[in-house]
Amino acid sequence: MTTTAVPRLVEQFEHGLDAPICLTWELTYACNLACVHCLSSSGKRDPRELSTQDCKAIIDELERMQVFYVNIGGGEPTVRPDFWELVDYATAHHVGVKFSTNGVRITPEVAARLAASDYVDVQISLDGATAEVNDAVRGPGSYAMAIRALENLAAAGFSDAKISVVVTRHNVDQLDEFAALASRYGATLRITRLRPSGRGADVWDELHPTADQQVRLYQWLVAKGERVLTGDSFFHLSGLGEPGALAGLNMCGAGRVVCLIDPVGDVYACPFAIHDRFLAGNVLSDGGFNNVWQNAPLFRELREPQSAGACGSCGHYDSCRGGCMAAKFFTGLPMDGPDPECVQGYGAPALARERDKPRPAGDHSHGGRRREPVPLTLTMPPKRLCNESPV
Amino acid sequence: MSAPAQAGAAEFNPDDAWRLHPQVAVRPEPFGALLYHFGTRKLSFLKNRTILAVVQSLADHPDARAALRAAGVEDAQLGPYLHALGVLAGSKMLVPVAPEEAA
Amino acid sequence: MEPNQQTESDTELVTETLVEEVSIDGMCGVY
Repeated sequence: MTTTAVPRLVEQFEHGLDAPICLTWELTYACNLACVHCLSSSGKRDPRELSTQDCKAIIDELERMQVFYVNIGGGEPTVRPDFWELVDYATAHHVGVKFSTNGVRITPEVAARLAASDYVDVQISLDGATAEVNDAVRGPGSYAMAIRALENLAAAGFSDAKISVVVTRHNVDQLDEFAALASRYGATLRITRLRPSGRGADVWDELHPTADQQVRLYQWLVAKGERVLTGDSFFHLSGLGEPGALAGLNMCGAGRVVCLIDPVGDVYACPFAIHDRFLAGNVLSDGGFNNVWQNAPLFRELREPQSAGACGSCGHYDSCRGGCMAAKFFTGLPMDGPDPECVQGYGAPALARERDKPRPAGDHSHGGRRREPVPLTLTMPPKRLCNESPV
Repeated sequence: MSAPAQAGAAEFNPDDAWRLHPQVAVRPEPFGALLYHFGTRKLSFLKNRTILAVVQSLADHPDARAALRAAGVEDAQLGPYLHALGVLAGSKMLVPVAPEEAA
Repeated sequence: MEPNQQTESDTELVTETLVEEVSIDGMCGVY
């Protein structure tokens, strides 16, 4: 009997799997907030939003495909009247749920209900360890709302909520404070990369961490990040240290092991790539989610071996894989070149040039987007106050 | 990092009866399988079909050694398989069958 | 990644462990 080398797991995953390992499912574009960097440009409900029945059919498919875990988000998913019905349906059908929320509906009663469930995880979005930093991005009152949700969850005995932070130029020096917050509420800290997606495209230049800050961020993760989640979103920083120093598969999962289902049933390669270029199909018009996942031409293309392109001669390519597809796309950089935040600085010249930045697929923002150049400091935080009725 | 838990490997006794934890779901893949524990949220990947066959058949055999033999694993090859079973036991994907007296 | 128990043969070595644990949060493209 011959023994053969077992290929690295990552090599298997890059070819794609018969079903995603995990996926993001945005239930609605409606949202009570108007965060400046919203990756899905959310605010107003899309009239073509999937019905409760449509959603249950998707859950049935996920069960058949044995997708064990979905991250339900939006917009603000809890504003859908059928939100709890869908969560219960999912967990009753062997699909575990984590939902991302700004905390608007996490009352003590809701927290108690969540504490009684074994199969639902909660992720509270927070982008500043202080109200001053957070509310500049997420709007007045949003910090207090998130903290109140964390307090309610802790008081109800809910264990291990996640606090999910998008790292920006203004909060990267608060990493220790975020960790302390998480500890205080019995939660786990999660930090993720700011992508130039959705409304993020408008503020990315001024909000993304500087090169120096990226180094500090990387060092912090290596030194103190053992119990910090990252969603593997910092694999583009791998070149700053030894391969494998950061937890995660260290690869782009889009179309290979993850994808996005959006509120109208469109399937995108990932939630940071909501654009026709990364649209694989629609669950209603393309024969269901399984058919799109297995057969969409876009996904077949992504599952082919990818060429290193201009990064081929760089010794770090093996660990950074050329970075994030969505980050390159929405900054108008070539897909076969360096990431805009390439740690070797190879992306910087391209960023300095004139570039055509693709616009996101849809804009569900309240009051439309601002198109004029953004001032260097955010003097115009979101005008909307927290509002329980966003529709 | 995905280094296997050394402590888990030490706890595994192949002469005991083992089974999959009831909250573990198994999804075969062309290269092996994906195991997901709904209680711990842990994901494990089995990297060939033989270890998958062993894991799926554990409950049908009086002990793990018998399951390994039945799956065609020869004595000389046991090492990596025992290590793999130990890792799975360490993350509670596999649990002992013997009621109450098991450690 | 350290090779653990190795079985030598004329062809190739089993150089990887047969099981690999991955965090459900450990793949890029999920928020």
